[in-house]
Amino acid sequence: MNRFPLLDPKGIIGLDERNLMIVAAVLMLLVVIPVYIMAFVIARRYRAGNTGREYRPDWGSSWRYELAWWAFPCAVILVLSIITWQSSHALDPSQPIASPAAPLTIQVVALDWKWLFIYPQQHIASVNLAVIPVGTPIDFEITADAPMNSFWIPRLGGQIYAMPGMATHLHLMADVPGDYRGLSANFSGAGFSDMTFTARAESAGEFTAWAAGIAAATTTDPALTAPSFEALAKPSTAVAPVFYSSADPALYNEIVKQYVR
Amino acid sequence: MFGNLTAAAFEHNWIVNAAVASMGLALVGVAALLTYLRRWRWLWREWLTTLDHKRIGVMYLVVAAVMLFKGGVDALMMRGQQAVAAGAAQGYLSANHYDQIFTAHGVTMIFFVAMPLVFGLFNLIIPLQIGSRDVAFPFLNAVSFWLFAAGAALFNASLAVGHFAATGWLAYPPLSELAYSPGVGVDYWIWCLQIAGIGSLLSGINFLATIITMRAPGMKLMKMPMFIWNALGTIVLVVFAFPVLTATLGMLFLDRFFSMHFFTAAAGGNAMMYVNLIWSWGHPEVYILVLPAFGIFSEVVSVFSEKKIFGYASMVAATAAITLLSFMVWLHHFFTMGAGADVNAFFGIATMVIAIPTGVKIFNWLFTMYKGRVHFTTPMYWFFGFVATFTLGGMAGVLMAVPAADFELHNSLFLVAHFHTMIVGGVLFGLFAGFTYWFPKFTGFKLDERLGKWAFWCWIVGFFLAFVPLYILGFMGATRRLDHYAASTGWQPLFIVAGIGAVIIAIGVLFQLAQIVVSILWRERYRDTTNGDPWNGRTLEWSVGTPVPVYNFAVIPNAAERDPLWEAKRRGCWPPKENPAYEDITLPRNSAVPVIIAALGFLFGFGIVWHIVWLALASAAGIVAALITRSCDNDTEYVISAAEVERMESQRMESRLQKP
Repeated sequence: MNRFPLLDPKGIIGLDERNLMIVAAVLMLLVVIPVYIMAFVIARRYRAGNTGREYRPDWGSSWRYELAWWAFPCAVILVLSIITWQSSHALDPSQPIASPAAPLTIQVVALDWKWLFIYPQQHIASVNLAVIPVGTPIDFEITADAPMNSFWIPRLGGQIYAMPGMATHLHLMADVPGDYRGLSANFSGAGFSDMTFTARAESAGEFTAWAAGIAAATTTDPALTAPSFEALAKPSTAVAPVFYSSADPALYNEIVKQYVR
Repeated sequence: MFGNLTAAAFEHNWIVNAAVASMGLALVGVAALLTYLRRWRWLWREWLTTLDHKRIGVMYLVVAAVMLFKGGVDALMMRGQQAVAAGAAQGYLSANHYDQIFTAHGVTMIFFVAMPLVFGLFNLIIPLQIGSRDVAFPFLNAVSFWLFAAGAALFNASLAVGHFAATGWLAYPPLSELAYSPGVGVDYWIWCLQIAGIGSLLSGINFLATIITMRAPGMKLMKMPMFIWNALGTIVLVVFAFPVLTATLGMLFLDRFFSMHFFTAAAGGNAMMYVNLIWSWGHPEVYILVLPAFGIFSEVVSVFSEKKIFGYASMVAATAAITLLSFMVWLHHFFTMGAGADVNAFFGIATMVIAIPTGVKIFNWLFTMYKGRVHFTTPMYWFFGFVATFTLGGMAGVLMAVPAADFELHNSLFLVAHFHTMIVGGVLFGLFAGFTYWFPKFTGFKLDERLGKWAFWCWIVGFFLAFVPLYILGFMGATRRLDHYAASTGWQPLFIVAGIGAVIIAIGVLFQLAQIVVSILWRERYRDTTNGDPWNGRTLEWSVGTPVPVYNFAVIPNAAERDPLWEAKRRGCWPPKENPAYEDITLPRNSAVPVIIAALGFLFGFGIVWHIVWLALASAAGIVAALITRSCDNDTEYVISAAEVERMESQRMESRLQKP
């Protein structure tokens, strides 16, 4: 299971989505398995060589049978539709996760070909490494200053597109500490294959210490301002994590709104 | 003089050079063979300028076969790349080359393999099944084919001159905009699809008119064969969906050529609009491909069960429902764009609803076999392969129609596995079944059954080996379009298995080639001795002789019943005892204008891709001139006199009687 992030999620959203997949798959098997059995049995029994079987070349309709296989899939789809309606609302990515812990906002910018994470509450930023506190709902605010990408941490839950000039929201929460693979799921050009990052879930204390450490390292970690962002935004591939000891609080909105002018 | 075209456009890496060289050699080889056999004139008169729908159909199939080879090589290169490119190994393809290959693979398989297979079969079968001598607009039909061929040629030219798009087969902006794709690749993509797409649209209009107006007397709508119903659904989709594609490509072109801002990130453009538009064509396109396959299976299952199709009215209703619904689900291709829960849920449920009529069809096919006599011929093998794969793929599809589940599956290899299950298991298997089933109608001999079944087994085994690993990889968080990946993901063994599967499929293709070659070489052994009805057929196409005469029907048949031939045979009035009263038959003359329009269309596309403005303008003017010339030509038809028809028919009878 270690290699199956979708089947072995580490967060509540991922868990709900996995369970939803299992329920939907089982429901569909109710139709698929009879089809397989019927195909095998009918074809075998009525094979041309099998003489003595009833042969009715003109038997071409039966309201009873036909009603059955309009009604039966309808019933399955009705159940699935109810599940779909409810789960679409319950697991709407833009909807905050109910939790006693106060949510943490992380602003995500997809660049050619790396991920920038701005922590507006901590006033720091990082590239290709997103440290998050366990048990805290995270509100990822997502945009792009590059072609469209899709922001995805499979172990924590589903993805949402990162689009230039648009801001989308994705609420996720990690329940277990660990390093989780994050990536872009939407092709964005030559450096796309290396557009991965690590989502590192740590305890709240470790997270606070990490953020304070970054903010304090003003000599080694530069400040994220409009000019340093410009430099970062230039295309580059397979970028190792970079940290910014401070981040311009207006930067994210400027990135989103630059196209609206 | 040459716009943006410079010597740099001819510089490629060795793989592309090898491909270009083999393409060139193949062309030279064919030309040499034609010269050696002195067949140029024959080629021009009998094929290139023909307006006969049957020959146009054959030409579609030939182009599709050539392009299938190209698309298959693309697939093998991708499978090879992903099998080796783990960890530090970056594989043998650069990122940009790999990106071009997966873009080309998608474009090839959808536009230049599946579409011509569909239109090829439509050309071959629709007029014969509805008891017509021709399509509604024979000239337009040839123009459609040749525009399609010009699009394919422009697409192939991108391999030799310049490069192709590296954006994915639907070229989402802003990646496909000038800011991120400054080269000619996306322009090639736009214009090869634009030219071929106009051909498809014209074909759609043509076949819509054909089915509506040219059915044999007595063939009311509810008497039409199921293949025709499915073709009608397909064509309605073509007519409504392809204009959207044309407009969308047109806007992307305006963005790129005139620096407009329909879909750019900046200056008020909206890339999300493009994604909506392209899928409101793209989703119906899926059904444009699969409905014909449904139609083929309806014919095949009925004929090889010696029983009428079960639930005809249900089938018609299901076809109509699928046709309508396919326009209402496009948003399920991007639940992850961030639309609200209401919107996502609506489109998710609409998508699932399509599973209902599709399920009904499958049950009806199974019950067509029930109390029948099922013959396990190659087309039936393809049918069973279809049931096995398509239900699996349908299940995966409904799973992804649940938006909250799709968030985890979208753009993963699970998605790739899903749509390949639908397109290979649904569309290709169906078209293979149709090809095998109707082959003797046009050649006079059947395809070898044993080689066909070996091909089938290779395909089905190869298919599961190639795509089950991709389903699993989806659950491992593997996305599509990766040219390399970290070794720690543990994906490599599955990619290797998938590669082996692709090779087995390739062996299946070789068996299909061998099947065709063997059947042609030893055709006497496979000869259809029934004068055109080798399968004990039910519909009108089996009532005409083989090979089908140029006028199809010497006498227009009456088709007041479903399965008219079956009913006639059962009443003992087939074959007819006495000679019917023949009449003069008017047929369209050959025309070189469609070929000329296509050649100019190719030059127009090439000129605009490379910004050679004079060439584009001159070609466009040439097309207009050719159309005016054609419009002024009053001598476009010829008449076969009743006496001549009688002579031809009696000759056919004699040659049939002489056969053992």
